[in-house]
Amino acid sequence: MSWRDRSGELRVVRGPGFWNDVFRPRTLLHRTLKIVLNGSPMDVADAIVVDELVETLALAPELVAVEVNGELVARAEREGVQLAEGDDVELVTLVGGG
Amino acid sequence: MTDPTYDVPLILGEHSLGSRLLVGTGKYADFEETARALEVSGTDCVTVAVRRVNLDASKGPSLLDHIDRERYVVLPNTAGCFDAKSAVRTCVLSRDLLGTKLVKLEVLGDETTLLPDPVGTLEATEELVSQGFDVMVYCSDDPRMCVRLAELGATAVMPAGSPIGSGQGILNPNAIRIILELVETCPVIVDAGVGKASDVCAAFELGVEGVLLNSAIALAQDPLRMAAAMRDAASAGRQTYLAGPIPKRLHANASSPTEGMIAGTSLSAAAGVS
Repeated sequence: MSWRDRSGELRVVRGPGFWNDVFRPRTLLHRTLKIVLNGSPMDVADAIVVDELVETLALAPELVAVEVNGELVARAEREGVQLAEGDDVELVTLVGGG
Repeated sequence: MTDPTYDVPLILGEHSLGSRLLVGTGKYADFEETARALEVSGTDCVTVAVRRVNLDASKGPSLLDHIDRERYVVLPNTAGCFDAKSAVRTCVLSRDLLGTKLVKLEVLGDETTLLPDPVGTLEATEELVSQGFDVMVYCSDDPRMCVRLAELGATAVMPAGSPIGSGQGILNPNAIRIILELVETCPVIVDAGVGKASDVCAAFELGVEGVLLNSAIALAQDPLRMAAAMRDAASAGRQTYLAGPIPKRLHANASSPTEGMIAGTSLSAAAGVS
């Protein structure tokens, strides 16, 4: 966080994680997205596509249907739809009912 | 020799069903009992619901593993939807899952009575028909509502006999009779409230084309035995209707001949023989 004081000088404050991030080995600097999955927040890998998400969750793809932000992602399109920050994802299946 | 019990199939959209009993898959003890009850009932069409995947239990067995899609038409419902938009979304999801366009629409008004919301039901029916679905619509036993739904292009109208799971049977048989008179373009299927075999039989005797039930079987003390009872009741009621039963009369109508009685009986005296 940075601001200019009364004399016009730039002042900067660094949060506690800053130096950790600077000195962290590059291989651990994965970017993640925050999405909402079935009503709960979840972190997923950046640039993940829908069918990868289904696979990551170890779900049989033919047993689930997927909505992103209230719109169906048809099974034929799942590999082409990339998730974005804040997406609201619903993963549904068929269960017993009358 | 023709079969005296011959009946035409029940046509629902693209599907032709031999059994006129439609059975739900909810509330059984486990998947094995579900599968067995469906088998015993003789149904050709089973309903399922659409729900979020349980991510914790996602590696366990699924209902779909226990339902043979070669054997049964799987009919997804929109149970739990309280507005048209979510019902339409549910149907879109289920069409992607199953690859079929037959759906059972329920737009409910409140959680206590589970009675259908008429306005939401009409809106959702219109929208779903325009999106190419074959919509079977759960509704109240209001004949004018059923007429409206049929006019919108419903594949079937499904008036409730009584509230879902209530076991009260057909509370208003005259309403069902009027619906049967007014709705000619699609089948009338009683859905909801069935409790006993006599309820199923009574529904078919009125002339309905099908009955959908779930709780009556699943929550019976012995679901498999009840499934068998319902199978027999559907057959008995439907055959009674097709057979053209006698009307009710105020007075008697003797079953044995009235001529040829031996002398001394009151009938022969009336005929003038001493």
